[in-house]
Amino acid sequence: MEVPILRQGQYLIASIQSALTDADLSHLREALIAQVGRSRCRGVIVDVTALDVMDSFAVRTLRDIAHMARLRGAETVIVGIQPDVAFAMVQLGLTLKGVATVLDLEEGLAFLDGRTKERGLDLTKPKRPSGRG
Amino acid sequence: MADTKRSMSVSTRAADSPALTESSAGLLRELVAHLRQNRTQLREEWARRITRAELLTAMTEEEIFAEATAVYDNYVEALETGTFEALQAYSRRLSERIIPRGVETDEVVGIVLLLRDVLARSLFNKYQDNVEKLNRILDSYEPAANRIANTVAVGFVEERERIIRQQQEAIRELSTPVLQVRERLLILPIIGVIDPQRARQLTEQLLRAIRANRAKVVVIDVTGVAAMDSGVANHLVQTVEASRLLGATVIVTGLSPEIAQTLVTIGVDLSEMATVGDLQGGIEEAERLLADRAAPTLGSLASREIAPESQR
Repeated sequence: MEVPILRQGQYLIASIQSALTDADLSHLREALIAQVGRSRCRGVIVDVTALDVMDSFAVRTLRDIAHMARLRGAETVIVGIQPDVAFAMVQLGLTLKGVATVLDLEEGLAFLDGRTKERGLDLTKPKRPSGRG
Repeated sequence: MADTKRSMSVSTRAADSPALTESSAGLLRELVAHLRQNRTQLREEWARRITRAELLTAMTEEEIFAEATAVYDNYVEALETGTFEALQAYSRRLSERIIPRGVETDEVVGIVLLLRDVLARSLFNKYQDNVEKLNRILDSYEPAANRIANTVAVGFVEERERIIRQQQEAIRELSTPVLQVRERLLILPIIGVIDPQRARQLTEQLLRAIRANRAKVVVIDVTGVAAMDSGVANHLVQTVEASRLLGATVIVTGLSPEIAQTLVTIGVDLSEMATVGDLQGGIEEAERLLADRAAPTLGSLASREIAPESQR
């Protein structure tokens, strides 16, 4: 199933609507990274609210997206991880280290706003290595 | 006389079981009649022996006598009818009354066994001239008496277990309040022992509260936790990580010196965790974090900026 990638101002929003196969996830990753450069966006939001299962491949793909997007000049934030999913993830040791995660889409937009403003105000300041420790 | 009786009884036993049950029912009736007749005396003897054995020390002598009377009557009735429902109900009620007063299992079992001994002794005295009959009386008395002892003991233990379960449930419900101190700031004070089940429940409750209250910062206070092993510490780390996945920062406060020493000694890695000495410090730190984020980045200001854009 294709994941729609929406453009919202400076940001790209990928909203996952149903469970994805590994191939779908890889496709999402490629599409997102390609679009980051094409649209010169500053932020990527991946909304996983609809997912009630998150396996190791999905977590790795999300992490890869975050790191790759950063190389292309965009911050990534994962939004909408369900409480049960979060609990299962930490039990499996899948903690998305170094990737910003916030509660929902609204928080994600606010987070990216803060990030881009921070960078816009002071370009000489070195970028923080990770999302939010 | 004795000889004929023995041969008769042998033949009856060998013959068929209905005859045996009938004769044992007759014996039981005789037995019950005997116990009814000597009720006062046996009951007093029993109460005396309870006091002498220093059982039921939590109760006064009058209370012991009153309970002894009731137990005695129920005992005889159970012997007579062969049904144990009434006795079961009585022992449950008795347990309800005496457990809060600190009566132990061994005392309850002790008094029932004492009654059994007192009654057996009186049977010995009554039939000591007729060993054959005594044997048969004891044959029908002993299984019933053992079952009674069993019933009372089991009733007592069941009642205790019920109370323990009830208390555990109450503790479980009480033990994990997630409190909102101010907007976007939650406090989770943990008190008592953390077992894996409770740790799981705690985490689930916290994650749900983070979502419901849209919390950004959570202060987990473990001042009330006496001891922590590697399992519990790992649960704590997992809780912190799961909260981060929901976008909330966790600050752990109130790690006692003992726990701090244990955790470092057993080598649990808590470097990823923000820790502050006490709850007050934790809340101060949390408010600093909230103010930090609210001013330039997050909060209503930022979302208001976005709102018109998203409608475009």
